[in-house]
This record gives sequence, C-alpha cells and structure tokens, in this order.
Amino acid sequence: MHRFANPARFLRLAKVILPYSSGIAVLSLGFGLWFALAASPADYQQGDSVRIMYVHVPSAWMGMFCYVAMAAFSAMALIWKHPLADLLAKATAPVGAAFTFLCLVTGSLWGKPMWGTWWAWDARLTSMLILLFLYLGYMALINAFDDPERGHKAAAILALVGAVNVPVIKWSVDWWNTLHQPASVVKMGGPAIDPSMLLPLLLMALGFKAYWVCILLLRGRAEIAAQKIRVIRMAQIHAASRGE
Amino acid sequence: MTRKQRRLYFVLLGMVTLGAAVALVLTAISDSLVYFYSPTDIVSQRIPEGRRMRIGGLVEEGSVKKDGKAVTFKITDITNAVPVAYAGILPDLFREGQGVVVEGRIEKDGLFHASEVLAKHDENYMPKEVAEALKKSGQWNDGKQAK
Repeated sequence: MHRFANPARFLRLAKVILPYSSGIAVLSLGFGLWFALAASPADYQQGDSVRIMYVHVPSAWMGMFCYVAMAAFSAMALIWKHPLADLLAKATAPVGAAFTFLCLVTGSLWGKPMWGTWWAWDARLTSMLILLFLYLGYMALINAFDDPERGHKAAAILALVGAVNVPVIKWSVDWWNTLHQPASVVKMGGPAIDPSMLLPLLLMALGFKAYWVCILLLRGRAEIAAQKIRVIRMAQIHAASRGE
Repeated sequence: MTRKQRRLYFVLLGMVTLGAAVALVLTAISDSLVYFYSPTDIVSQRIPEGRRMRIGGLVEEGSVKKDGKAVTFKITDITNAVPVAYAGILPDLFREGQGVVVEGRIEKDGLFHASEVLAKHDENYMPKEVAEALKKSGQWNDGKQAK
C-alpha cells in the first residue's frame, strides 16, 4: 500500500490508467445505454418502466461503493497518515453524493407509476437519504476549517462513523418490512433477473465504476496540484517576511 | 506497540463499538422501523379501532369488487385476511395475487378503510415471453410472498 501513497507515483500511474478507464467508461456506458433503452425487453409486469432500473440500481450501488471507498481512504489517512489517502477520500465524496442523489431521484420517478407514491418513509428509502446527508455533511466539514489538516481529520472520522449506515442500507429490505422490494442481483441463490436484463444492468454498473476511476484520478491530480501551490505560496510568504 | 498499530486498534475498536451500539438501537426500535404490518399481526394483536396504520399483503384472488370508484378487496398473507374498502385511483400494478400496502384505519363496520393503496412489486424481472414460457411449463411460482 505504501508504494502507492507516493504522489509522484500516483501521477505516473494516473497517466497510464486514465486512457483505459475512460475508454471502458465510454464503451460500457454506450453499449449499456443502448441495451437498456432499446435492445432489452420490457418487463412482464412493469412494461417499459423497468428501464429506469438500469440507471437507478447502478446509481445505488455507486452510492454505497463510493462511501465504502471514502471510508477506507479515510481509515488509511487516520491510521497510516498516507499523504494521498485524504485527497482521494475528498475526491470520491462528490461522486458518491451525485450518484446517491441520482438514485433517489430515479427511484422517486419509478415509484410514482409502480407503487403509486413518490416517496415512502420505509427503511430502505430512509437509510439511502441518510447516506446523501452523510456525503453532504462530509463535504461541508472537510471545507469548514482554515487548516486543511484539521478538516481532513474531522471529515475522516465522520466518514468512518457513517460507514455503519452501509450495511443497514443493504439489508434493510431483509430486516424489516419495506415498500421497496428485496435484492434482485446480489442475493443467495443467484439473481432473480433475466439474463437479457442483467447484461445492460451490469454494463451500466461497470461504466459507472470506470467513470469513478476517471474522476478519482483527475480530481486526485488536481488536489495534488492545489497542495503544491499552497506549499509554494507558504514558502513565498515565508521568504518575503524574512527578507524584511 | 508502534503508534501506527495503536491507531489501527483504536479505529477498529471504535468501529466495533459503534457497530454494536447501532445494532442494539436498531433491534430495540425494530417495531417502529417496520413499514407495514401483516394481516396476521392485525388479527392476532387485536389492534384497536380507529388507529392509523399500514397493512401489507397480497390481494386475495377473487375478492376484488368494483363499484364505480369504490373498491373492496381482501388483503391476505395466506394465513389470515383483512377486508379493505377504498375509494380512489389504484396503482397500475394493482391486481389479484399482487402485493400491496394499504394505509388507513379499521372502522366500526370491521372494514379497513384505506386512504391510500400502494402496489408492491417483487424482485423478479423478466420479459413477457419468459414469464409465459414459465407459466406454460408449470415452473411458475407466482412470485407470491407473504410479505
């Protein structure tokens, strides 16, 4: 792990990975959307409304995946003081927040025609909303301090504390009666979803993950640059005050 | 023990403690996290008249009677059934044998007067042709669940 904590090595690695991850993102999102919107069959009960699933479900996965990634980076930053881990956690937060928001919006649009309501305070929907608030809280906290060190530390602790919400989201549909249906893909006994519909779903999920890798590398690069600028400015101020 | 190790154990211990605390709290308030009760809960717990609640179950086969905008049907979990009266627009997925959640209260006439009917759908997704082929070959399990 320590080998990758070096910013110079990260920059080199980012240069190599970026073309591949953006290629995978474009291809799998392109094919995925084509399958999802045109080539896949309508559902036997829900008709064409089922196509919302191809955005909704991968977004929900991304919301949880990004949170786990953010918490893991935060743990690395707290325990091993990796210089890069804080920056990567910070870079992941807005991506996770955006996908969580997308999941809630598409879920609401799907809920109205299928369930008959835009929103229900059941355990799955509520825990997903809490996830969005955790992201927003993290982003607010990390920017709330003048000293970035302190902001990173406080936000990392929040990220770790909020991580208990992730298993609650995943198993809320099994632990309590919810309006939301139980898991279709990641469950005991294999997916309860036809292969012709599983393919676009997985393609979309792959595309979203590749997109996250791209954003992580780009934002990571930008954060490193910002830190360098900060150090140079500090040195200039220091030099100027000594020169007097 | 190095400082890194100490921090590692500190974070792990914190996570375990927090996880245990949350698990205890969620177990304790489990009853209020439930979005709806089953017809069996209603029958066995003798919930008083006039209390607002939600019941979830399947629409009993052959129980739906429509009279203009007014609908009556029975909501069942196979073991027990509760008669429901509703006046309003039903969701698209509402049909016999389908899961629904109704919100309302039991009135003096013994009927559950619903102010809202929500359809629940199951976790199975398949094209129409596959559903028909399954029904034809007798492998169809109706996707019925008591929940």
